Amino acid sequence: MHNTCAHDVFLNRSPGRARRYVNDFVLFYKGRCLRSPRVLKRVKGSGLAGQTVISAKNMDKFYGDFHALKNISIDVAEGERVVICGPSGSGKSTLIRCFNALEHHQGGTLEVRGAEIFEGSKDIHRLRQDVGMVFQQFNLFPHLTVLENLMIGPLKVRRASRAEAESIARKYLDRVHIPEQADKYPRQLSGGQQQRVAIARSLCMESKIILFDEPTSALDPEMINEVLDVMVELAEEGMTMVCVTHEMGFARKVADRMVFMDAGEIVEVAKPETFFTSPRTARCRDFLQKILQH
Amino acid sequence: MAVTTEHIAAHASRPLPLVQRVTSSTAFAIGLYLLVMGALIYGAYAGAARMGYNWQWYNIPRYIWTYTEDGFQLGELIIGLGMTFVLSISSFLLAVLIGLVMALARLSDLVIGKALSLALLEFLRNMPLLVLVYLFYYVLGPIFGWDRVTSAILCLGVFHGALLSEIFRAGILSVAQGQWEGAKSIGMTKTQSYRYIILPQSVPLMLPPLTGEAVQLVKSSAIVSVIAVAELTTVGRNLISETYMSFEIWFTVAVIYLVITLLMSFGVTALEKRVAHD
Repeated sequence: MHNTCAHDVFLNRSPGRARRYVNDFVLFYKGRCLRSPRVLKRVKGSGLAGQTVISAKNMDKFYGDFHALKNISIDVAEGERVVICGPSGSGKSTLIRCFNALEHHQGGTLEVRGAEIFEGSKDIHRLRQDVGMVFQQFNLFPHLTVLENLMIGPLKVRRASRAEAESIARKYLDRVHIPEQADKYPRQLSGGQQQRVAIARSLCMESKIILFDEPTSALDPEMINEVLDVMVELAEEGMTMVCVTHEMGFARKVADRMVFMDAGEIVEVAKPETFFTSPRTARCRDFLQKILQH
Repeated sequence: MAVTTEHIAAHASRPLPLVQRVTSSTAFAIGLYLLVMGALIYGAYAGAARMGYNWQWYNIPRYIWTYTEDGFQLGELIIGLGMTFVLSISSFLLAVLIGLVMALARLSDLVIGKALSLALLEFLRNMPLLVLVYLFYYVLGPIFGWDRVTSAILCLGVFHGALLSEIFRAGILSVAQGQWEGAKSIGMTKTQSYRYIILPQSVPLMLPPLTGEAVQLVKSSAIVSVIAVAELTTVGRNLISETYMSFEIWFTVAVIYLVITLLMSFGVTALEKRVAHD
């Protein structure tokens, strides 16, 4: 069991207002302190703070006869960090891939940033410019250097000038702490570095929301932290994030809300402090026990 | 009995039997080749001699080039070869265009695009090229007012375009699905994804089979001699009807084709090696 000591202080958590809370969190693992206490600050949002940016109502999805998503309803607010967890095959990835229209639902409605998404809806690519995605397998472009991977979005999609695109790319490469890798090709980087490039690629589009689809599942254990650190920094800056992950330490630290899915349903939604200490359903308790017990 | 590493080592170091050593040597292979070729050529000459064939090899060079007081002049065979090049290159460019459009239509979400592309592919793949040449020259030609060269180029272009479309399709499909998702996730449209992400990765994979198809096209261009386009094969036929030197001329035409296609094949092999290295 992770030996954790956490105390949270929440101040004025009503949505729609500038909020601020402090979350001191230390994770001990095998006698080592993996995370120093950190202060998470809720950045004073723009006028949009607290506004719903993703809104799913009674979503259903089928793969042939297989009912992949069952009556899913969930809202994500601007600046909110939602972590989705659950056993494999529970539909978590399918759900966030729907948010980016990489998959399409068959029943119910889904609105992202005010636009309804359905199969065949127009200008999906315009929506995706604002909704970034980080994949389990990175999906970097192997024929382009790291810098070109980052520049191609601003250059070809946002139609920025070459100089602008390069300065954006370098800025975000700095942000993920690998400015020295700019001229290498993805295959020359470690998995952790590749995933950080993938995060930077999303950031280069100045995305308003970033979806993370098991970003650390394909990484060697020693590289997981460098990716999580970048994600924590993003969270601190107030990015709206929806993460599918099994990294419960990370979830505890940044999540505003935990969502537990099983067999295509949302079984439980809770704040992390209650989610981890007193899960309501047996399925969730069972799951947490399995993944927290090493 | 268990096979140990010692067994394998002992087996590997044992010298081959003498017969096997001889038959697998380079000298033996070359000797065998010369023997077979020699027998063939001797057979041809002996047969020709029995027929009383009058060899006139000394007359051939003038059909390749001549050098007189008027200066250097290309012979008829080389002018015919030039036409073969014109046919091959222009129909290859057309084929690439048609192939790409067919492949993209086949991979699109358009039901009608997929169906049309597949129907055209099956029609062209299952039609003898000779019949297709007649169809283009005697049926489509008069309808659309094409001359024989235009008919020939269009026919070869459409036929090889269909074959190329399968190469393009395979190349595009061999790029991982994740690349599409990566491109989509930064807001690229389908066209942008193809142009900046998918095609740059699939073109290197397509190049070797593409050049192979170009060699094929040079060879199949000979077939348009049936509609009297003045390319290498047609020139050869015409010369024979004037000079009756059928043996010498067909040998020469065959060697010219062989030189061109072998050079191209070596190019393909070099290209394949380079792609494999990357």
